[in-house]
Amino acid sequence: MSLRPRPSRTLRVALAAAVLALALTACSGEESPSADPSGSASASSATPVDGGDLTFAIGNDPISLNPSGIGSGNDTLYVTRQLVDSLVWQDPADGSLKPWLATAWKANAEQTEFTFTLRDGVTFSDGTPFTAASVKANFDDTAAAGAKSSAVGNFIGYKGTTVVDDHTVTVAFESPNAAFPQATSTVALGFVADSTLAIPYDDRASGTGVIGTGPFVLDHYTKDTETVLTARDGYAWSPQDRDGAGAPHLAKVTFQVAPEASVRTGSLTSGQVQVIGGVQPTDIATLEQAGLTLVHRANPGITFGLTFNGASPFGKDPAVREAISLAVNPTEIRDTALTEGFAVAVSPLASTTPDVADESAHLVTDPAKAASVLEADGWAKGSDGIYAKAGTKLAPTLVWITNFGPNQTSVELIQSELKAVGIDAKLWSGTVPDFQAKLAAGDFDLVWGNLSRADGDVLRTQYTTQGTNFYKIDDPELEKLLQDQLAAGDPAERSSLLAQAQERLVTQHHVVPVHELTTYLGLSDKAHGIELGADSRLDQLTTAWVG
Amino acid sequence: MTRYLLRRLALAAGVLLAAYTVTFLVLYALPGDPVSIMYGGESSDVTPDQLDALRAEHGLDQPLVVQYLTQLGHALRGDLGDSVVSGQPVTQLLGSALPPTAQIAGLALLVAVLAGGSLAVVATATRSRRLSGFLLSLPPLGVAIPSFWFGLTLVQWFSFQIPLFPALGNQGFASAVLPAVTLALPTSALIAQMLSRSLLHTLREPYVDTALAKGAGRARVHLRHALRNAALPALTVTGLVVGGLLSGAVVTETVFSRAGIGRLTATSVSAQDIPVVQGVVLVAATVYVLVNLLIDVIYPLLDPRIVTGARRRVAPPTAPSPSPTQAHGSDADQAAARVAVPAGGTR
Repeated sequence: MSLRPRPSRTLRVALAAAVLALALTACSGEESPSADPSGSASASSATPVDGGDLTFAIGNDPISLNPSGIGSGNDTLYVTRQLVDSLVWQDPADGSLKPWLATAWKANAEQTEFTFTLRDGVTFSDGTPFTAASVKANFDDTAAAGAKSSAVGNFIGYKGTTVVDDHTVTVAFESPNAAFPQATSTVALGFVADSTLAIPYDDRASGTGVIGTGPFVLDHYTKDTETVLTARDGYAWSPQDRDGAGAPHLAKVTFQVAPEASVRTGSLTSGQVQVIGGVQPTDIATLEQAGLTLVHRANPGITFGLTFNGASPFGKDPAVREAISLAVNPTEIRDTALTEGFAVAVSPLASTTPDVADESAHLVTDPAKAASVLEADGWAKGSDGIYAKAGTKLAPTLVWITNFGPNQTSVELIQSELKAVGIDAKLWSGTVPDFQAKLAAGDFDLVWGNLSRADGDVLRTQYTTQGTNFYKIDDPELEKLLQDQLAAGDPAERSSLLAQAQERLVTQHHVVPVHELTTYLGLSDKAHGIELGADSRLDQLTTAWVG
Repeated sequence: MTRYLLRRLALAAGVLLAAYTVTFLVLYALPGDPVSIMYGGESSDVTPDQLDALRAEHGLDQPLVVQYLTQLGHALRGDLGDSVVSGQPVTQLLGSALPPTAQIAGLALLVAVLAGGSLAVVATATRSRRLSGFLLSLPPLGVAIPSFWFGLTLVQWFSFQIPLFPALGNQGFASAVLPAVTLALPTSALIAQMLSRSLLHTLREPYVDTALAKGAGRARVHLRHALRNAALPALTVTGLVVGGLLSGAVVTETVFSRAGIGRLTATSVSAQDIPVVQGVVLVAATVYVLVNLLIDVIYPLLDPRIVTGARRRVAPPTAPSPSPTQAHGSDADQAAARVAVPAGGTR
């Protein structure tokens, strides 16, 4: 028992110490770069200064500046969010939907038709007006782009958009799509001008000719180097419920690509940039010690954890699933692999997801009970201390990839926790294509991962057996809940169905939620008003200023 | 000479075709394809039919041979296709990535030749055994230090701690200095290692003693007689390290957040963006072939015994004797030139 977390913990401490030592030498040169007596916390409530330039270091090249295209994830969306506006704004405070380019919206009882009333006086940066026709043209364009658009999932069964009048549109689907209003808050469903839509879809990636209604316009994009945006004139349609949002204070924003996390951190501490994204958990302590502000928010969506392969012999066996759920200790994993800023999961959904239900009563760690569950099911320990039944050793394959730094520590700790009970988990990792091939072939028992999205419908996209799904969870009752929530007209009814789905996922032990993912941005004392949206990605920089 | 050049060019074309073909086969042997990596992620939103349509659009549904011949045909006409990831023409991506890499690679080569050359000369010329021993122990260290670590250390000291150079981006000459030094480290170490070994060898040649006996100064013998002859193997190595500079750019450009061939390679390989990787390999192979062709042309200028037109070229000797071109100098020079040398050098 006492041997379990030792090797990885020692290694981590040593690494952390090394990083810290490097960072301390880095900061010792300039103790206080600015003579500003006020702390950054009080400074952010000071009067915003107009006309500053902000440099924001991101880890990946955006690849595509087409708002509905596929780029490199968060880093792309940080940039494109500044170029386009959406019909609704999702309030990060409670996940509720608030007016933006749409002043009101309603759905029919079947949740197949959604009618939006549009705001007046909105223009694209080329001066053309934003109207109901713009909404139709954009949605038709995105639906036609199919798999090339990151919004493809929002347009399944898309029948079309009808222009009722200049200020009213109705979007219709073949089947219920109660998650659609939330989907309209995303960047992928933001709007570009007719002149942009006239450019072939593939040719919009460079950003040339991409015209939005957003507070910033593209100045230039240099691949692998920088994307420079400038404030547009006359921007007056920020979400009215977003505090302090209006015409942008910043004159220019430069998103600078810096692939190395330690270089981003050093650039921030040495004052070469004002904001950094992609802060690694190992760098959090460094930045805090340097007295820098960290803006953070837990990512909504599915938490990091284990999901069983419902089609594999081990994943099919309820006793094995229950024993593994009981053997895994999420708190120990969080404490070892991460920092306090990453919460222990209380549900398959993260705490910032709308309709999250607290399932912590069902999430119990009890290794002794895990053993008795296995023994009651006919498993017996062999001479090597590993359970076996009918000649089959309890040695499930756990697959994972390094898309998040601490993953290795987490899965290795899970392996030792399972070993302590008598389950000999085999870890497998590989490149992204290898991983995808492994999942597609169903050649695994457990998979470690997460998925960010700011709506409970993420449970359906992840666990339904109707799409191209790798988990093959054979549970008709769960499937019904996942499909019914998409047809629920009453928000309270939908909330209740989603809560039942979360409970079913953990009580049937299809998933073992472990920890939430938290997004961190690092800020110099010159940067103020940098905010994360409901999707825990950078919100529009209309509240931001430097000074 | 013309026949020689034509033969070399034909060989170069063969090298390029081989590089292109091998890359193609290796990329197709990998699991997955660019379409499933880019569009078929963890979400269940994309249907297999949609993925197949995209594969057809990029010609990935065709048999291997058809894909290969089609792409090769286009490549021969100068069309390297479009990136699967960004949709941009590969030639355009390469065109914008080459100049920043050429900037740091060129600077690195200059630094490497000067630093490596001076180290070798000083280490072999000094009378202090201690200094010589110390200097000669540096090249193996330089080869052993990982560029990744060295680059990060340079950024830490000369950008974060002492703000001399920018840490990020392609912002003119200042931003090229640290990347060039990082790239130059292993290269200069190799040059220093080769040149010092070759110099030590040459300095034991009888003609050196003769030149000294005739009264030529140590510096003159070292720089005029020995260095010139010892430079040939170092030149051969320099031709080889140009390839090393291109591969070193992958790490260097990542550490220093620079656009260039190295970054393009790193991102397109991880996305399995086949047309871009093919383009990068072609560029690297072309540079390699051209540099080595250039060096072959330079050899006879340094050592006329190497006759390029001949069927069997005399290999550049490790420590060749002085060339007749040196024979029109001082008395000592002439004396040295008259010393009998074994044919074909002393390898």
